[in-house]
Amino acid sequence: MSKEYETVIGLEVHVELNTKTKIFCGCSTAFGGEVNEHTCPVCTGMPGSLPVLNKEVVNKAIAVGLATNCDITRNCKFDRKNYFYPDNPQNYQISQLYYPICRNGYVEIETEEFGKKKVGIHEIHMEEDAGKLVHDEFMDCSLVDFNRSGVPLIEIVSEPDMRSAEEVIAYLDKLRLIIQYLGASDCKLNEGSMRADVNLSIREKGAAEFGTRTEMKNLNSFKAIARAIENEKERQIDIIESGEKVVQETRRWDDNKEYSYAMRSKEDAQDYRYFPDPDLVPIVIDDAWLERIKADQPELRDEKRIRYKDEFELPEYDIDIITGSKKMADLFEETIGKGANPKKVSNWLMVETMRLLKEHDMDADDISFSADNLAKLIALTDSKAINSSVAKEVFEHIFAENIDPDKYVEEHGLKTVNDEGALRETIIKIIADNPQSVADYKGGKEKAIGFLVGQTMKAMKGKAEPGMVNQILKEELAK
Amino acid sequence: MTITDETIDYVGILAKLELSDEEKARAKKDMSDMLDYVGKLNELDTDGVEPMSHTFSINNVMREDVVTNGDDRENMLLNAPEAKDGAYVVPKTFN
Repeated sequence: MSKEYETVIGLEVHVELNTKTKIFCGCSTAFGGEVNEHTCPVCTGMPGSLPVLNKEVVNKAIAVGLATNCDITRNCKFDRKNYFYPDNPQNYQISQLYYPICRNGYVEIETEEFGKKKVGIHEIHMEEDAGKLVHDEFMDCSLVDFNRSGVPLIEIVSEPDMRSAEEVIAYLDKLRLIIQYLGASDCKLNEGSMRADVNLSIREKGAAEFGTRTEMKNLNSFKAIARAIENEKERQIDIIESGEKVVQETRRWDDNKEYSYAMRSKEDAQDYRYFPDPDLVPIVIDDAWLERIKADQPELRDEKRIRYKDEFELPEYDIDIITGSKKMADLFEETIGKGANPKKVSNWLMVETMRLLKEHDMDADDISFSADNLAKLIALTDSKAINSSVAKEVFEHIFAENIDPDKYVEEHGLKTVNDEGALRETIIKIIADNPQSVADYKGGKEKAIGFLVGQTMKAMKGKAEPGMVNQILKEELAK
Repeated sequence: MTITDETIDYVGILAKLELSDEEKARAKKDMSDMLDYVGKLNELDTDGVEPMSHTFSINNVMREDVVTNGDDRENMLLNAPEAKDGAYVVPKTFN
């Protein structure tokens, strides 16, 4: 490569909002129903049916807009985007072009390469999702399931402010966490509740003009996004270096083959002939409505990070991990709420929970144990009812099956033996049985006591308090 | 207003219509008449007038987020020209 190039990336991110019903009808948005179970004349585009807007969609869109520093459009409208495709029964998608609900926002990201930076949000608009097409192998036809038709989406359109895959991922992660904390969506790329289209162009470093961009679709994981960006950057540089011109087109990424191909559609006139939807009246958002949403905004991640530092004095790394998932942050706070010491809760999450998640190839979102049971476990260790190695063993069962540690410890007889008499008796026997170690210890080999502690713990089936064992051993050896 | 042959062809593509020469000629005239009719509005001075999308002053017609529809797919599928396994059958389409 002779010249130095710069990659310019903008993102269109679709997020499925987790309302109970669709955006324009009272059909359920529940996932996994029978084919076409959740459909009605509105979401199957029957002539004469009338869409009525779900208020909760507007509430959630405003909440996301406020959390991403957007201006809220006080008088917004829906428009029809016209195109023919069998997953879209109306032959138009109800979306927002002229007056999208949010505009001119930004989020702050941080990467190693470029440091802190603001990524602009051009707009956020509300729209409806399309149905799902399944291709029938036997009959020469396709089958349409409209369960997803009309599920509410917001599309978040960024400015072309990103310059690397790392920045794109930082931006997506930021959006994901904001929206998860708001409780507006679970934002899972692999399940399609968050989808990102990458607009990418190349230009010589320092050039003022943008190059011709392509749009990449079908990116279902952060890894696929990073690979697709690298690949598309190289492809465009090759085209430019060979003296050709990049064609503005939509490409589909195949992550298995690690390459993309142009999605060609015959007569590909990108002419959607948008016009205001006459079925849907304007939405006027007054001060009272906006204030209500503002008052209801939960504490977001950045605020939590500051508070955890001040209030709990946790290390920054631990705060990052705990607040890096809403699930984990909620669990942390709930466990503390039940009286557990914050540092101890953090420790269980950071060490054992992270270890088990990694071992089982799970995400923090997959955690299924309750704050109640973690709090009980911590209480058991605080009262020295169980020792730390028993606690770890019990925690594995909490992690896997969310068992009640009080019951489990009781049923399995794991309580530490605090009966000093019984322990002393065992220790006297151990000393009698291991004359060599006793001689070593008395001869100055302090380490020999470790062996005796081990033997005692073994005889006690692990249910002794190590500190107490040590103390009694020393007393008996001194005799 | 004159409509060119290119415009008629383009509109035909967008609307997925195949028109015969005769139909095209007729469509050209109809479209031209319609645009002339609506074009009358251009004679008005609309400087400083907010664009309007609805003729009635109603805002915020919304519903609460409550499921009101049950499973009615038997009836819904009666609207399908052809159905199979609970789904609507359409000509083979690739994504």
